Amino acid sequence: MIRKLTCIECPAGCALLVEVESGKVVGITGNNCPKGEKYAITEVESPVRVLTSTVLTEGLPLKTIPVRTDAPIPKASLFKAMEEIRKIRIKKPLHVGNVITKNLAGSGANLIATRECLADQGSATQTI
Amino acid sequence: MFERELVIVGGGPAGMEAATSAHKSGVRDILLLERDQYLGGILNQCIHPGFGIEHFKEVLTGPEYADRVIKQVTSMPEIEVSLRSFAVHLTKDKVLTFMKPGILENVKAKALIMATGCRERTREMIHIPGTRPAGVFPAGLAQKLINIEGFLPGKEVVIVGSGDIGLIMARRFLLEGAKVKAVIEIQKKSRGLLRNIVQCIDDFDIPMYFSHKVSNIYGRNRVEKVSVIKVDDDFNELADSYFEIECDTVLISVGLIPENELIEMAGVEIDKKTNTPITEEVNKTSIPGLFVCGNSFKVYDIADSVSRDSAIAGELAAEYLRSLK
Repeated sequence: MIRKLTCIECPAGCALLVEVESGKVVGITGNNCPKGEKYAITEVESPVRVLTSTVLTEGLPLKTIPVRTDAPIPKASLFKAMEEIRKIRIKKPLHVGNVITKNLAGSGANLIATRECLADQGSATQTI
Repeated sequence: MFERELVIVGGGPAGMEAATSAHKSGVRDILLLERDQYLGGILNQCIHPGFGIEHFKEVLTGPEYADRVIKQVTSMPEIEVSLRSFAVHLTKDKVLTFMKPGILENVKAKALIMATGCRERTREMIHIPGTRPAGVFPAGLAQKLINIEGFLPGKEVVIVGSGDIGLIMARRFLLEGAKVKAVIEIQKKSRGLLRNIVQCIDDFDIPMYFSHKVSNIYGRNRVEKVSVIKVDDDFNELADSYFEIECDTVLISVGLIPENELIEMAGVEIDKKTNTPITEEVNKTSIPGLFVCGNSFKVYDIADSVSRDSAIAGELAAEYLRSLK
């Protein structure tokens, strides 16, 4: 079976033709770099995505802290991971890369902060 | 009034890159104005990954990309960053007026770089008829409400236009528990990047209608529904294709307009169609010593390209300042 995929590793968006036999990738064409090959294999055999979102804060200058998983997690677990993320409240200042939740939703990946939030960086944006 | 060698308006990726580039080229008196309460510009609300592949050789989110550039800026003490500073007036002699809380300042810049970015096109510009209820947002504003303010502005969403911000917001609303009922695009194909169609629309089976337009928005206080109609190659409505979608929110993702009203005020020649300066060379304008970079120079798809080209603006400003001596 031939599956058509669009590689999402970079803005080029290469059109991949992937030959699949009983759930396994046996041939890939259309990729312009090795990332495409890796993408096609995981996309067919066990699709994953890096999840990004925001978490709410309490008593900090920023109302939200943007976050991401430090590794791609199974596509099927995105909504379970979001449920966990929604419960989080950040109360202490943090730096980019600080771990907020280990092993998010049992995915093996950690949830990390992607923006610095210091105690004294000025007040958060005005409420609209 | 005070004088500065180089004044830069806008603390997003363009203005910050221009500042560090000018510094590397030897400029030692730089004032960087930012209207928000922190540096980073629109990158702060672009929490999704995909930034930095060219510029930093790794995949970053918008805030991570901003963080790296902010740290470069703040490591250079000769770059003075002035936050909450909103530029309101500019003359041809490069006298810039800006507001800070409680004060109006005038600065005479020997060289000036405008990195003021874009604003979003609105519902009014694409002439969607109907009532004017709450719940109609430009997609980037919705992005700010969710990602910066922590506020989800709707539960059942229809997205007009398939620009990248609209596609990314489709996924964002969905992950936050809202329903995304449709993306309506009047053109035959998406104007967004392919990878965003895959990971924001196809991943979540969001219905996408090409060659369709929203013909009306209904609702008294809040959006209640929209009507949708198919169009032919000349954008004529095909009457029997009419259908309705119930929703409480309409996102408008139909492009960006470079913000160049200040340089126009100063007398720079502007192309009225694109709202960008008329010029043969990147970042230059018809006024010597006045440069424009980033999304206010032209609308870019990728932040990495903004960084690359904005570095040139910093070099051009440094070269111009040397020529005065």
